[in-house]
Amino acid sequence: SSTRVAFSTTETPVESAPFRLAVIGSGPGGFYTAQRVLRRLPNAKVDMFEALPIPHGLVRYGVAPDHPEVKNVMSTFDEVAENPNFRFIGNTSVGTLNQPNAKPAALEMSDLQPNYHAILLAYGAPEDRAFGIPGEDRLVGVMGARTFVGFYNGLPSEQNLDLDLSKTDTAVVLGQGNVALDVARILLMPLEELKKTDLTEKTIKLLEKSTIKHVHVVGRRGPLEVAFTSKELREMINLPDTTFHMDKELFDSEMALGGKSLDRPRKRLMSLLEKGMKESKPNQSKSWTLSFLRSPKAFKDSPENPGVLSSIEFGINRLESQEGGPRRAVDTGKTEELKCGMAFRSIGYKSIGIQGIPFDERKGIVPNIGGKVVDAQNNIVPGLYTSGWLKTGPVGVIVSTMSEAFQTAETLVEDVKNGALGPLEPKAGAEPLLEKLKEKGVRTVSYQDWKRIEQIEFQRGAQLGKPREKVLSVEEMLHLVD
Amino acid sequence: HSKRKRPGPNEGFEVNFITQDGEKVTVRAHEGESLLDVAWANDLDLEGACEASLACSTCHLILDEASFDKLEEPCDEENDMLDLAFGLTDTSRLGCQVIMNKDLDGVTARMPSATRNMYVDGAKPKHH
Ligand SMILES: Cc1cc2nc3c(=O)[nH]c(=O)nc-3n(C[C@H](O)[C@H](O)[C@H](O)COP(=O)(O)OP(=O)(O)OC[C@H]3O[C@@H](n4cnc5c(N)ncnc54)[C@H](O)[C@@H]3O)c2cc1C
Ligand code: FES
Repeated sequence: SSTRVAFSTTETPVESAPFRLAVIGSGPGGFYTAQRVLRRLPNAKVDMFEALPIPHGLVRYGVAPDHPEVKNVMSTFDEVAENPNFRFIGNTSVGTLNQPNAKPAALEMSDLQPNYHAILLAYGAPEDRAFGIPGEDRLVGVMGARTFVGFYNGLPSEQNLDLDLSKTDTAVVLGQGNVALDVARILLMPLEELKKTDLTEKTIKLLEKSTIKHVHVVGRRGPLEVAFTSKELREMINLPDTTFHMDKELFDSEMALGGKSLDRPRKRLMSLLEKGMKESKPNQSKSWTLSFLRSPKAFKDSPENPGVLSSIEFGINRLESQEGGPRRAVDTGKTEELKCGMAFRSIGYKSIGIQGIPFDERKGIVPNIGGKVVDAQNNIVPGLYTSGWLKTGPVGVIVSTMSEAFQTAETLVEDVKNGALGPLEPKAGAEPLLEKLKEKGVRTVSYQDWKRIEQIEFQRGAQLGKPREKVLSVEEMLHLVD
Repeated sequence: HSKRKRPGPNEGFEVNFITQDGEKVTVRAHEGESLLDVAWANDLDLEGACEASLACSTCHLILDEASFDKLEEPCDEENDMLDLAFGLTDTSRLGCQVIMNKDLDGVTARMPSATRNMYVDGAKPKHH
């Protein structure tokens, strides 16, 4: 929206140097924090570092192609980028991951620290959570939803995926969040609809050959515990030519037990499930099933086709109440086998620590209080802030990421205004870092460069009758701006 | 955003916004504008991330009860998004879906404070 000077510039002493902030990551966490900081501190200078050549994180590489309205948020980010005090530095990763054999980042935290008054960590959740059960890594046909989502959204690192959807009619999605429903919907939606979106041509070719007709979306707990939201469920229920299956008995008994104490969103969600069951047309050519109380124990192959997924062994759970906490799934010892040729694991994204910052391995976040980073002893680390999924854990939609980003921005602005970051000595900002990157042979990408790449994507899309055709490799992105 | 001339003191309808900071801002709206349009035209901090396409809930507003009751029920899609809004109340609506007309003259719309009040408790600044 519009720029508003929220506090008068005269509050900052004239002689003080501009406040310099480095942002690591260009998703909603980074952009919304930058937006609020620039609005509140009109003299601030913000440099945003992004590992990929191009910006917007999961808005581009997560949000499903048939949700173009959600991606309108990119125009807000474009407005932020038009601010002369903002600079985007793409193709520049900051902070090597704390992992064995991690690829060294282009810059480390220690390179940034002397050049900025504050650093905002907003690099999201770069990995996939896994079950750690037999067959998971070995069998063809088992993959992380993240990999599949990255593939269909054109994420460069997932473009070598060797995927064949023409060997089976049944796919299983493990997990019951919105990402799980995104995957199920992409597999079951009419291709004609998807062709009008920015789904990559490569994926359209793959889906043209797909033989998948039945998708099971499986969760370890019950209907009251599903994590998806009503918009995404409504889309599933409205899929054409698709029968919806769900255990009505289980649903009724769960509702009898806990249906009364539900909050408004969950009440609406449950009545939508009920409506879905009631109005589902039987015997359609395709189907989707919501299954509950199932935890996978092993991915299995068959003697006829070793090395290829043929079924999943599930442990059957019952639910146990815990005092003050969510209900827990407890193994009953009984098992069940489900035949399928594809399995997508969708139990969440995962953040990882980078070198030189505190990280809470158990919670998978950068420990913080209202966005201010603290160390293991709960001491504030001066000048270090976090927002986005790295701050909160990988949950929630853009609106929640936005409120959390605003909170971090307010905390940061407060610290600048009340002197918690000390007197603002002059800092060099990006200049010396750009020199260093040049010496290392890193071609950085500016926001103008990105807009040029985007124009080419629009042109290629127009030729194909779709909004955009994404550029699929880092090499090509860099080549296009040379 | 809106390049359109704003209504003068006796034109259009009155809208009272209460900002996140609790400040009351009284402005005027044209017939047919949404509350999101009106907020933007007056440089108020109300997001509208999906640009009024019912896909975000960042334009959430809390209306006075009388005005709320004059509106038609929200559609399923608006309710789906309201479910995700932070600080949902019984008189919550999405600002991009509330269209100004004479029934709404004098409406009061509060912007929920998106930023929770933060109290740094237990944390001590580190001294070097
Ligand atoms: C599959 C999927 C679908 C979704 N669909 C929706 C939806 O329809 N509606 C909705 O409201 N929300 C949706 N969300 C949620 C939304 O995407 C998140 O709330 C939001 O993107 C989180 O923002 P973030 O900035 O924390 O992380 P991200 O968006 O992941 O941004 C992090 C950025 O940091 C970069 N980065 C990583 N490491 C480094 C490094 N070392 N140095 C520099 N840069 C780095 C990454 O490349 C990335 O660009 C979806 C999420 C997923 C996973
Ligand atoms: S602007 Fe997104 S729902 Fe109103």
